Amino acid sequence: MTTLVDILSWVLLTLGGLSVLIGGIGALRMPDLYTRMHAASVTDSMGTILVLLGIMLQAGWSLATIKLIAILLFLLLTGPTSSNALASAALLAGTRPFEEADQDDNEGQE
Amino acid sequence: MYYAVTIATLVTMGLALIRAVLGPSVYDRVLAVNMIGTKTVLLLSVIAFLYGRPDFLDLALAYALINFIGVLAVLEFFRNRALRRSTERDEGK
Repeated sequence: MTTLVDILSWVLLTLGGLSVLIGGIGALRMPDLYTRMHAASVTDSMGTILVLLGIMLQAGWSLATIKLIAILLFLLLTGPTSSNALASAALLAGTRPFEEADQDDNEGQE
Repeated sequence: MYYAVTIATLVTMGLALIRAVLGPSVYDRVLAVNMIGTKTVLLLSVIAFLYGRPDFLDLALAYALINFIGVLAVLEFFRNRALRRSTERDEGK
């Protein structure tokens, strides 16, 4: 039983570390602000859930688990809120999303 | 295994820092700083178990709160500035 929980938590931690890393690479390499936000939200939601669930399995039933649940809930509530505020502020300032639609239309007509 | 997650988080924070330095617009920088803050919370939680000191979880919780309020305050500031600029532009016409 203990081994099973250990294996499960290692898998969750590995997947969480991987998605955190993928999101970081995406936030560096994506071409424009909105696509970068899309990459960053992967780490904010998926990486947080996976890593904190993996740690929770290691902690067992204790006060640490309750604190971890509080951290998880708080991050899940605040991450989308700040992403929304960021996107609306950027739109208001006149940042346009990156588009290839114009080129595609031209190619379609030819 | 905690070490792998710690290193992944640190590398991601480094990448986000590069984006914050490079970032063409101010919103890219805010995005990168917000990302670094979230990763700091994760890093503190992992380090609490890596070194067996659960007290660090309180620090992670407090940091999550402070990071959220800070990002919202900065965004509100830039949002007001953008609004003021657009009204000035309209009055100029």
